[in-house]
This record gives sequence, C-alpha cells and structure tokens, in this order.
Amino acid sequence: MRTPAFLLIWLAIAAAVFGLSVAFDNDYVFFAGYVIMQYIVLSTAWNILGGYCGYVNFGTAAFFALGAYSTVAIYKYTTGDDTPSQFSMPIPFLMLIGGAVSGVVGFGMGYLTLRLRGAFFAIATLALSVVLETLVVNWDYVGGSRGAYIIRPENIWLIGNYIRYLFLIMMLLAVAAITIARLIEHSRLGYGFATIRDDELAAEACGVPTLRLKLIATTISGALMGMAGAPFPYYIGFLQPDSTFGLDYAVNSIAMPLIGGTTTWIGPLVGALLLGSLQQIATVTISSAVNLLIVGCLLVGFVIVAPNGIVGLVRTHWRRKPEEFVGRRRVDTDAPGAVP
Amino acid sequence: MIFSYDLLINAVVSGILIGGFYAAVSCGITISFGILDIVNIAHPAFIILGSYAAYIVNATFGLDPILTSIVMVPAFYVLGAGIYQVYYFAFEKHNQESLRGLAFFFGLLFITEVSLVLYFGVDYRYVDASYSGPSWHFAMLDIPFRILVPCLVSLLLIAVLQLILTRTFVGRAIMAVSQDQQALRLMAVDPVRIKRIAFGISIATASLAGAFLIIIQPVEPSVGREYIGRVFAVCVLGGMGSLPGTVIAAMLLGVVESLTSTFYGPSWAPAVSFGFLLVTLAVRPAGLLGR
Repeated sequence: MRTPAFLLIWLAIAAAVFGLSVAFDNDYVFFAGYVIMQYIVLSTAWNILGGYCGYVNFGTAAFFALGAYSTVAIYKYTTGDDTPSQFSMPIPFLMLIGGAVSGVVGFGMGYLTLRLRGAFFAIATLALSVVLETLVVNWDYVGGSRGAYIIRPENIWLIGNYIRYLFLIMMLLAVAAITIARLIEHSRLGYGFATIRDDELAAEACGVPTLRLKLIATTISGALMGMAGAPFPYYIGFLQPDSTFGLDYAVNSIAMPLIGGTTTWIGPLVGALLLGSLQQIATVTISSAVNLLIVGCLLVGFVIVAPNGIVGLVRTHWRRKPEEFVGRRRVDTDAPGAVP
Repeated sequence: MIFSYDLLINAVVSGILIGGFYAAVSCGITISFGILDIVNIAHPAFIILGSYAAYIVNATFGLDPILTSIVMVPAFYVLGAGIYQVYYFAFEKHNQESLRGLAFFFGLLFITEVSLVLYFGVDYRYVDASYSGPSWHFAMLDIPFRILVPCLVSLLLIAVLQLILTRTFVGRAIMAVSQDQQALRLMAVDPVRIKRIAFGISIATASLAGAFLIIIQPVEPSVGREYIGRVFAVCVLGGMGSLPGTVIAAMLLGVVESLTSTFYGPSWAPAVSFGFLLVTLAVRPAGLLGR
C-alpha cells in the first residue's frame, strides 16, 4: 500500500471515530479519547527509536514536558502575567514549537551519549527528567513548583466544545505519527535503523552511518513526543512539575510498544489502544495507583514471556513468516531507496 | 557580600561525608553495571526497599537501623540472586539484554515504587537511633553524627567488598567473569553461578545503603529516582567497576553537590549529578580510574 492511500484510510478511520464520539454526546468520551490518542503518539514516537533502532529512551516524560512547558511559556508571554486571558497562539503552532524544542534537546542528548554504548544513552535519558524537572521547579516564569494555570477557551469556531477540538487535533497527530512510523519502516532509513538494532558493529563495518541514523531517530522521536505534550496544558488546565514529569509517561510509552510488538508500526498502536483503554477503565473503576501497578506487571510479564508482544503472538499463531506479514514485498521493485 | 570561609569548609566537609554515603549507594551499581555489565536501573528501588525494611523493624522493635540492615543482608542477597536467575534465563541467555533487559529492570523499579506507595502511602518516614540527634563540634566545624556514622560504616563496607573481590576465590572469579567468561569456563568455574553470586552481593549492599539513607534523610517511595542519576554518574566517573574509583567519584560528587546547595540553593542539587554524568561521558568515558 502506498503512503497516500494509507494516510487516506487512517484519516477516514479518524473521521469515523470522531463522528461516533460526537454521536455519543458525552464529553467524557473526548477526555478519555484524548489520553488514548496521546498514548498512541507517545508510544509510536518511542518505538521509532526504541523499537526500530533498539535504543531505550526512559525520558518520555522529559520530552513530553518540554512540549507542555514551551506552551506554558508562550501562553505567559502572549497573554501577560496580570490578566490571564484565553487567547494565545493556535494549538497547531504551539505543537510545532514544542516539537522543535524537544527535537533539539533530543538531538543534543543523542549527540553527547549515542557515540558510546547503548546503556549510557538510556541512563542519560533517565537522568534528563530529573534535571529538567529541577530547571522547571526553579523557573518561576512558568509557575515553578507551584504549577501554572492555563484557561481553556469554552468553544471554538466550527467544532464547538474545545475538548472536541483538542481530541481532534491529537487524533490527527496520532494519524501523522503512525504514517511517519510506517514511512520510516519501509524506507532506506528504516532498513538502516534495523541494521543498528540487529548488529551495530556489523552495520558500521558495512558503511551504515550509524551515528547519523541514530541522531535522526532521536530527533524525530523527541519531536513527536514534544508535539504530543504541547496541547496538554490546555487539556489539563493546571500544569504541575510533579505530575508532568511523572514516571507513568515513561513506563506507559515503554510498556505499550513492548506489549504490542516493537518491530512494526502496528505494535505500538495495538498496545496503546489496549493498555490505554484498560487504564481508562481501571482508573474509573479501581484506582489510578493500582492501574499503574497493572501496567508495570504487564510490562515485566510480557518482556519475559512474550518477547515479541501481541503482534509476535498473533504471527506465531497464524504460522506466517514475518516477511509476508509486514508486507516487505516492494523492497526489490520500486522502493526508492531499497537496500541492495 | 563577604565570602564565608566557615560556610565553605563546612560545605566541603559535609560533602565528603555525604560522598562516603553515596559510595555505599553506588557500590552495588559498580558491581552490577561496572563489573557484570547488567544495567540494573532498579538498584535505587532496592535501596528504598532497604530503607523501608529498616523503618519497619525500627518502628516496631526499636532496633538500630544499621544492625537491622546487616541482619537483612542474606534476604537481599537471596532476592538479588533470584532476580539474576530470572534475568539470565529470560534475557541474557538469548542476548536480549539491551532492550528487553532494560525494560525488565525499569518495570521492577516501577512495580517496587508503586507497591510501596500503595502500602505505605507517600508520607515521609524516618527512624530513631541514638546517633540521629547529637553532632560533634570541632573548631568551626559542625559534624552531625547522623551523617558521620553512615559515612564511616559505608567506608568499612567498601573496604570489606574490596577485600572480598581481591583476596577470595569467588571475588577473583567475579573480576574474571567481566574479562573473559570463556577462560573462566575452561577453569571449571560456572560463569552464571559467579554472576549470580555477584549480583546477589550487589543487591545485598542495597540493604545497608537503604538503612544509611533513612538515617540521613526522611524517605518516601519516589526518593529513589533522584539517586538513579547519582549512582550511574558515580559509577561512570569512578571508572566502571573500580571500588576505589567509586569512593573518589562519590566524594567528588558529594562535595560539588554540597557546594551547589550551599551557594545556589538546595533545589538545584539534583541537576549536579546529571551535569557530572554528561560531562564525563562527553570528555572522559573511561572515568577517573578507568582501565
């Protein structure tokens, strides 16, 4: 399937989901749906680096919070401190800025640590959340440790209720993320990533520019996480460092691709839909701490018992070879950058 | 502004003392990450577990926290050996440790933290010991015993560990396993068994480090996260797998952190370890005493 067709199909699905949610006429659907869409973006973004290249990023919360706090900074700058009003930049602009900030930080982090062994990158990302949290706590302009209020406009032109608008935007970003992930997977870039994942030393010896590819992956992945974070202050209304930098973003964005399956774009999508919905139900019916415990246990259970996730389980069940399932037939025909 | 030498000297001394404690916190990582190449990011979570073990015994029986932690060492050793066994069969055997092994330890970290939150809540807990109150005044120095005692015991712990690693058969085998597993196998020693013992020892140190932690500061389940950056910074700076290097690096980190929090404010201290880590990785990845 070519990318435009793929994109059109997913846009149609997104339109159908949005239509269905509107038909429900219950705002809770949009609040819950927003979180699930956000997790689709985060886990897909994580998978571009983690699943395709095999480099673990524990700093999802840091990149996400960078996006969120760049929105807060711009909001404070455009509305002024004394009279907080509802009007700031439109959200798509904020997403671009948040994405750019996170992408640059991802690039810098990667440049410093990716030349060394993979473990160092993972440790550095883990420490990054702590440091960024320290910076934000000490930065009074964006609220410091007290947190920052953002006033969400009531309505928006054409769509009506603002939460519907946020949901729609996040869903479009999710479609974009999935399309980007699939595009990468079937391109020269994706094959380069796969060589890094399978054997970096051999890839380097064959002339694959591993550092450059890893930096590209880190930048794309970080930028997508930042874009997912940018609308978050408008969703939550009150942004606080403790919760924004919480470990739950990191654990979810790792658990979802690993439970779904890491080597294809389907994995994070399946994982996010499944785990995201499960958590929404568990948060309402049980409690939010217990639901995080469930995610942690599922993560550990899946990495031990089913290393290739749900997609891997389905594959072995159908007894199909991975090549057929992923659809790599076009490699030798007309793919522009097919690896010889 | 008049520069206060009193303040400076006090900051340096308390930094060195805190550094001694950081050495105890990091020596487990030096063994697991530096020597065995197992990226155990859950280590700080086990330290917090050690803190809570000391807290429970201290609160119910009034036993001394350090004594408790020494009694708890075998339990932590068994826990560590068990975790290594799972890790070996699920990941290391299939060369899956880079992605899934890391995710496994991250999951353990998360499960431990959330379980502690569910059971104990997010209140700060502390212990009572005879040395938690008084302090020692000497000229312009002011040394609280609650920092001095953990520092001295942790230096003792590291000395014992160093003796085990260099003088005993098992210790030498542990050092050998990091260099050449095949050669070890030719000497009729099972590398997996040696690694299991070593990992057990590394988790056992968390019991002591946890007790030190709760003596020095009140503990709640997410405190461990601040230590992730610290322990790895110390381990890398110390030269990956060198215990003397760990002590030097830990004291260096302690002094820089103490100076930062004295002169810029305590809220900036967590950023120091990360800066340390990044600078080390960028400038000298082999560490201070790197091989």
